[in-house]
Amino acid sequence: MTAAVPSLFSAVSVDYRALAPVLIVFVGAMVGVLVGAFVPRARRHVIQLVLALVTLVAALLTLVLATVGHSAKTVGGSVVVDGPAMYLEGLLLVIAILAVLTFGERWGGYEADAFTPMGAATPGSPQEAAATRAGFTTSEVFPLALLATAGMMLFTSANDLITLFISLEVLSLPLYILTGLARRRRLLSQEASLKYFLLGAFSSAFLLFGSALLYGYAGTVDYKGIAAAIVAGGSAYEPLLLPGILLVLVGLLFKIGAAPFQMWTPDVYQGAPTPVTGFMAAGTKAAAFGAILRFGYVGIEAARWDWRWPVIVIAALTMVVGAVLSVTQTDMKRLLAYSSIAHAGFLLVGVLGFSKAGISGVLFYLTAYALSTVAAFAIVGMVRENGAEASHLSQWAGLGKKHPVVAGTFALLLLAFAGIPLTSGFTAKFAAFAPAVTSGGRAGIALVVLAVLCSAVTAFVYIRVIVLMYFTEVAPSEVEALMPSALTTVVVTFGAAATVILGVYPGPVLDLAANAAQFLR
Amino acid sequence: MHTVVTSLVAQGGSVAEASGVTSLAWLLVALPLLGAAVLLLGGRRADRFGPLLAVGLSWASFLVGLVIIVAMLGRSGAARAEHLTLWSWIPAGGFQLPAGMLVDQLSMAFVMLVTFVGSLIHVYSLGYMSHDPDKRRFFAYLNFFVAAMLLLVLADSYALLFVGWEGVGLASYLLIGFWNRNPAFATAANKAFVVNRIGDLGLTLGIALIFATFGRVDFASVAAGAPHASQGTLTAIGLLLLIGACGKSAQFPLQSWLGDAMAGPTPVSALIHAATMVTAGVYLVVRSHPIFDAAPNARLGVVVVGAITLLFGAVVGCAKDDIKKALAASTMSQIGYMMLAAGLGPIGYAFAIFHLVNHGFYKAGMFLGAGSVMHGMDDQVNMRRFGNLSGAMKVTWVTFGVGWLAILGVPPFSGFWSKDKIIEAAFIGDGWRPWVFGLAALIGAGITAFYMSRLFFMTFHGTKRWTDDVHPHESPLTMTVPMVVLAVGSAFLGLILGPTGGFTHWLEPVVGGGTEGDPVIAVPILMVLTLLLVAAGVAYAWLLYWRDSVPEVAPQGSLVTQAARQDLYQDAINEGLFMRPGIHLTRSLVFADSKGVDGAFGGLAALVGGLSARARRLQNGYVRSYALTMLLGVVAILGAVWVIS
Repeated sequence: MTAAVPSLFSAVSVDYRALAPVLIVFVGAMVGVLVGAFVPRARRHVIQLVLALVTLVAALLTLVLATVGHSAKTVGGSVVVDGPAMYLEGLLLVIAILAVLTFGERWGGYEADAFTPMGAATPGSPQEAAATRAGFTTSEVFPLALLATAGMMLFTSANDLITLFISLEVLSLPLYILTGLARRRRLLSQEASLKYFLLGAFSSAFLLFGSALLYGYAGTVDYKGIAAAIVAGGSAYEPLLLPGILLVLVGLLFKIGAAPFQMWTPDVYQGAPTPVTGFMAAGTKAAAFGAILRFGYVGIEAARWDWRWPVIVIAALTMVVGAVLSVTQTDMKRLLAYSSIAHAGFLLVGVLGFSKAGISGVLFYLTAYALSTVAAFAIVGMVRENGAEASHLSQWAGLGKKHPVVAGTFALLLLAFAGIPLTSGFTAKFAAFAPAVTSGGRAGIALVVLAVLCSAVTAFVYIRVIVLMYFTEVAPSEVEALMPSALTTVVVTFGAAATVILGVYPGPVLDLAANAAQFLR
Repeated sequence: MHTVVTSLVAQGGSVAEASGVTSLAWLLVALPLLGAAVLLLGGRRADRFGPLLAVGLSWASFLVGLVIIVAMLGRSGAARAEHLTLWSWIPAGGFQLPAGMLVDQLSMAFVMLVTFVGSLIHVYSLGYMSHDPDKRRFFAYLNFFVAAMLLLVLADSYALLFVGWEGVGLASYLLIGFWNRNPAFATAANKAFVVNRIGDLGLTLGIALIFATFGRVDFASVAAGAPHASQGTLTAIGLLLLIGACGKSAQFPLQSWLGDAMAGPTPVSALIHAATMVTAGVYLVVRSHPIFDAAPNARLGVVVVGAITLLFGAVVGCAKDDIKKALAASTMSQIGYMMLAAGLGPIGYAFAIFHLVNHGFYKAGMFLGAGSVMHGMDDQVNMRRFGNLSGAMKVTWVTFGVGWLAILGVPPFSGFWSKDKIIEAAFIGDGWRPWVFGLAALIGAGITAFYMSRLFFMTFHGTKRWTDDVHPHESPLTMTVPMVVLAVGSAFLGLILGPTGGFTHWLEPVVGGGTEGDPVIAVPILMVLTLLLVAAGVAYAWLLYWRDSVPEVAPQGSLVTQAARQDLYQDAINEGLFMRPGIHLTRSLVFADSKGVDGAFGGLAALVGGLSARARRLQNGYVRSYALTMLLGVVAILGAVWVIS
């Protein structure tokens, strides 16, 4: 171990070129806080929106132009910016740009429609009514989203358990707040926020406890050190290793909504403002899988024969729970929540491929899923009845007749979730499952068979929604799809186009993922 | 195991990369696809020009095909096939799945059939659908169908073929249910969908097994690898592909959807459910000939399915009073002939395709004729209320008559040149097989003559049995011109391609030539025997349905007639064998009070649904119980690990 733990007072070197994208987003978030403090209320929304977009685009450009090709292990080995990290940072920035666009949607009004005018006011109170009359808006959502994005980016490059924990909290805390800021059904939203916070804290505790056990085992929190300790063997605290690994994994699996740690997902997805749900579903998943891949492939890979069985069981359980429970859902957001749980299971199958192809398969799957998901939630936000989101499935009946383009796009996204050929979902499943078959052994094959069966069940659910939209006769209702501004239109168009392109011509992105799939140890 | 085979599979093959006009083959698919996109996305703005655009693009696709085939004819036999690489579809590490087109003699024969008959039917639909408010959507689906069908036949790999296969299935589903305001029609569409899923499952598993065996899914690699694979594997692949073919081509035992599919508009029945899509199964078998050549047992399966279906369809056709359903039964039976021929191996492949092309013309023509009759008779379909329409609808009568002579196999009309060859080929061989399959084909020809004559006489001859307020009239030119063109094809196509052996020579480089053998009965005797049987069938029909008066209400009939009217109880058998046990099983297994369980897949769905409803109760909204679940999960994981290690 050459990079010794820095002695007490020596300064660590920081590779700013490698860290620039993350730092830009952090700085943008801080500036956003200042904007919130000093800019008059009326102009905040526009300024915050523009600031957030400029920050994210600048970070993305920096990443593409300066950081790519400059792999580095920096800040005393705590942060590694390598292929997977850069790929995921890029993906997270794209997700954040799309999400911020949906955050800013005003449906022709003068405020961000998805968010409450005053988060601190009691639901139904006079203050809330006054804030609504005054046209207040919660422009704090933009700096919060930037903070969460920065946390997610750091999460994918965390190379020791302390950084992992800190970045986990940096990404989670803003999300807890964002979840509680829905304009309508505020009690549901606040309840979701509290639940998410409590359960998140609970899972963080597991992660911390696991970290402590691993430190006890290896004498270090550094992934490389842990890997070396496992390879060397003969530790006096051998029994601490496996529980430590599993508890850390529990903390990470919570974030992706793997069963049996998935209970928060439907409640939180339903309660959160719809644009936030899209952001969470796509961003958190990408970040957490980045962390799981790095922890699993760099830190504890040598002990994988011990910990893969529990993860295999969890993957199987997750797929089954996600698929089976999606069948009886009656709320669109809950349905998509269970769909995301099932997708988390499919992604775990890819993780269990334990090969370079497995990494690139997971990276590609995350890309395909994230882009479709953001667009899908953007559409869920468009469909309204009397101004409120029509999230009950029955309200979607006959949408195909009234709004063929909206319903058609949504149907396309659902087909991608179902994994129909020529959509991104098919390519993604193929890319993620193939390594599990070739290098995952019998368990890998069994998992893939189960995954295909679960895909069939979820396909039934999605196709039922399509049938509902197109082939169900309904009495006339007030349900309509709002005419989106350019913000949402860009998001939906981009997501739908990506869904088709990644299905028909995925070569370049697959190559990109394959080239990125090498961890710097 | 597949690594051994894979190493033997040479990349590519002897097929040259496309050059010249052949490199435009992608336009064949792209043009109609563009039409579908414009019409569907254009919304009401496309209402006015949409149908004409669709017709134009379909003809444009035909012209591209024509140019390619002319260029092909300029090359010698072996150099005619070319391969067009489109793009790298799924490059995943060592596995490469490029999307490409195989432009060879077989696929071009289909391209010509699909684009020519398809375009004619587009024209016909201009007249037939002129009053439908939703005709833009109709033409969009038609264009989409043509694109998907062309993709199916031009694909260079099973994976891309599957995309086209699903595409035509989707088009078929959308078009059967086009008038979905009628619940019965929507149900028919669903039935077609469900039955086809069973077939598709077979095809999917077949492709999976091909992938596992050869490590690739393109035709060239499969052809190169087939001689090295084991007999058992090839038989399994062949039978799985046969299941796929049975679903799409309405072959026994997956034929039950075709009759109900007649709920769709008549041009759809002509194009999709007679001339093109339903023959995709035959295409699949012929295209997979390297597999079937090396797996005689799978071939036997194909022959058996073909023989059963050709008799099954013929018997059902004798009892149907609905003109479209009678034609549907006939389609089923004719495709049975093609399957039979395809299952005979190299001696039959070319005749199967030849019959398929001929059938495409005369059956499409007769369906269009049926549509024309319905057009003039206020959309009635009951032949018992037709009769003596020959005077009122002269063009329809003559064109339908040509189709009738063609399907009967009367020389020199086109059916004769292909059907007679199939019957001859069926009589070639040793042991019991030529006798069983040959006689099935021979008897089928006699029954065909009877039911087609019954249909023709009941509609156009005999006494008038019209309902009171109909005034039969000839259809407009947009409808009659395609009928005339198809009738000319039905009359002369066989004569042009058949006696010279032109068609079989054309296909020989792809499917291989027939090893000549002699039928167990001498050829001239067979020919005379066939014609005598046909004459007897016609004469018997003439006695019953022209000379004698036809009752306006169907008599009860014999037990056989009753069974045939009910499609030989296929629906009841399906229900009894698959649907009910599934439902009862799940009911007793999961919960006895499940409501709304229906359909063959209802059973499995109910199982999942019941499980789902149970598990959903755990999601009770209390954060404390969520936390408890998490804790229990952690304890269970740690406990299990502790116990194991």
